Amino acid sequence: MRRYATDVAVLARKDLTLELRARDTLPAMLLFVVSALVVFHFALPKSSSGLAAKGLLWVAIVFTALVGLTRAFVPEREQRLIDGLLLAPCDRSAIWLGKSVAVLAFLAAAEVVALPAYAAFFSGIGWSTIAAVVLADVGIVAVGTLLAAVAAVSRARELLLPLLFLPLAIPVVVGGVGASVAGSPARYLGFLCLYDIVFAMISWASFEYVVTE
Amino acid sequence: MPLGRHGRKGEEPAGPDAVSREVIRARGLGKRYGDKRVLEGLDLDLERGGFLLVTGPNGSGKTTLLRLCAGLATPTAGSLDINAPREAIGFAGHDPLVYRELTAIENLDLYGRLYRVSERRERIGMLLERFGLWQARNERAGSFSRGMQQRLSLCRALLHEPSLFVLDEPYSGLDDAGVDLLDRELADLRAGATFVVSTHDPARVEPLASSLLAFA
Amino acid sequence: MTALAGLTAVLLGSAVALIFFYAPVDEDGLNQKIFYFHVPIALTAYVCFGWGALKAFLHLWKRVPTADLESYVAIHQGVIFGAMTLVTGSIWARFRWGHWWVWGDEQLVLFLVLFLFYCAYFMLRFSVDPGPQRANLCAVYALFGVVLIPISFLAIRLASSYIHPTVFTSSGPQMATSQFATFCVAWAAMISLAYFFYRFELAGKRLAADLKELRELLA
Repeated sequence: MRRYATDVAVLARKDLTLELRARDTLPAMLLFVVSALVVFHFALPKSSSGLAAKGLLWVAIVFTALVGLTRAFVPEREQRLIDGLLLAPCDRSAIWLGKSVAVLAFLAAAEVVALPAYAAFFSGIGWSTIAAVVLADVGIVAVGTLLAAVAAVSRARELLLPLLFLPLAIPVVVGGVGASVAGSPARYLGFLCLYDIVFAMISWASFEYVVTE
Repeated sequence: MPLGRHGRKGEEPAGPDAVSREVIRARGLGKRYGDKRVLEGLDLDLERGGFLLVTGPNGSGKTTLLRLCAGLATPTAGSLDINAPREAIGFAGHDPLVYRELTAIENLDLYGRLYRVSERRERIGMLLERFGLWQARNERAGSFSRGMQQRLSLCRALLHEPSLFVLDEPYSGLDDAGVDLLDRELADLRAGATFVVSTHDPARVEPLASSLLAFA
Repeated sequence: MTALAGLTAVLLGSAVALIFFYAPVDEDGLNQKIFYFHVPIALTAYVCFGWGALKAFLHLWKRVPTADLESYVAIHQGVIFGAMTLVTGSIWARFRWGHWWVWGDEQLVLFLVLFLFYCAYFMLRFSVDPGPQRANLCAVYALFGVVLIPISFLAIRLASSYIHPTVFTSSGPQMATSQFATFCVAWAAMISLAYFFYRFELAGKRLAADLKELRELLA
């Protein structure tokens, strides 16, 4: 158990270090999310309710996550570095978990910028929205990291990831928007928890099959 | 064409144990990628302490065989038994498997932690020095020349003191000094480990080999 | 196979007969008859996806050699029946509500999400070279799909409280005996049809694979 945790920590630290040095994914995500919010401003006609903007926040989050996820396994694929990780005695699922932790960190960093920007451009954000964002991030990253590994195998990887990911992101959007908008957010937050647990488990268990050649 | 012939060379391999279990055993081994059949009907026995030399032209399936032996690919036909756990296998192939943005020492530290190498720092230092990379230890692996990357790759393969070495053209990219270095390393390690080595220059390695597999 | 074809034809024939001559006419008139197609087709699609997921699980867990192809064919049938569900549902909506699509129909929306998901399955399958890895990827994705079905259903249910005030289902909860009997026969007919297509496509694919192997042996 402790070994597993150490492996995950080592792998997550590796990804964070790589990003700190390369500095390409995170700035792209930040720029993307702010640009998206500006586009949304122009996409909302005058008479739209404030609630429509709340919905669009979630669109921004999902697509910003996609930007980060598309980059998730790039070094592992391009330089066959996944081989190095597969040769190591660590559990395959630790690779998934380590990568997920790193992607989650990037997404959270992007949201630290996005949420205040949203509050400035549109309207304030309540605690229920923030709670929903936290919960939704876990689910998005869990599923997204697995699907990024799946897409990485295919010839059309950048095209494929959004196609695979978006249907699975729909429940997350429902949970998130519901929590932001509805009177009693508890149901939606509970639903997001359910989504996280179910899909994290299935992603954790199936990663091994995705990476074996 | 993936035709394999298996032959044994001369004398028995020098090994400490009287009874040696096979480290690698393949029967009817086949591997196909999509429609392309790269390996077909291959039989192989590699005893503990043995040294299998694999030769053949480009595209004949050497790399595929070595990847199978290292556990990086699974057979699509036949059977393959590798009696070595993952932490006992050291693999070096065409890709150096080092992260470009990390320094040499960081790369080895990463693998050292994943392989749970004891006395990690000392071992890393020793290997870097032995392979002439100590001066460049804090430079990013991406800035290394091809030869230096190959040396780093070999450091990575040796780091955890494996008992089964799977080396796919380990001499490629090395300069003369590097070649001598590798010669010495292989000679040093020969007695304590099992080897599968593919090369374009069989004459260099042949004295060490106990069996030969030639792809046509 | 011919026996299966015969059975399917008989079931389909009796289903159509029952639908148009036996089942009582509802206030919707002829439009309501579409239900006897729409709901069985939808249920059959679910069965296909479930079967595909089962075969996927067998592939991953037990390494059953035929499971990958069977999973693919089952999902293929599921998508075909899924498309038919969307079409019949849309036709019903057009005649009932005057629109080609109604978001208030939760079952239909669920189907749309699943349809998108399983279409992506095909994109995945055809962008990876055949082999054990492709089989693994598709199997994993098929299992994700079957997990997505209840989660999406819940999601759509939850969403209806902030998206549309009106919620209705396209299948009536209570059915008179005659309606129920017709419904059952129609469902049996659809399952039989799906199974027939499934066996047919499987046989065709196996034949093609055998032929290819033969060609390679001779070459």
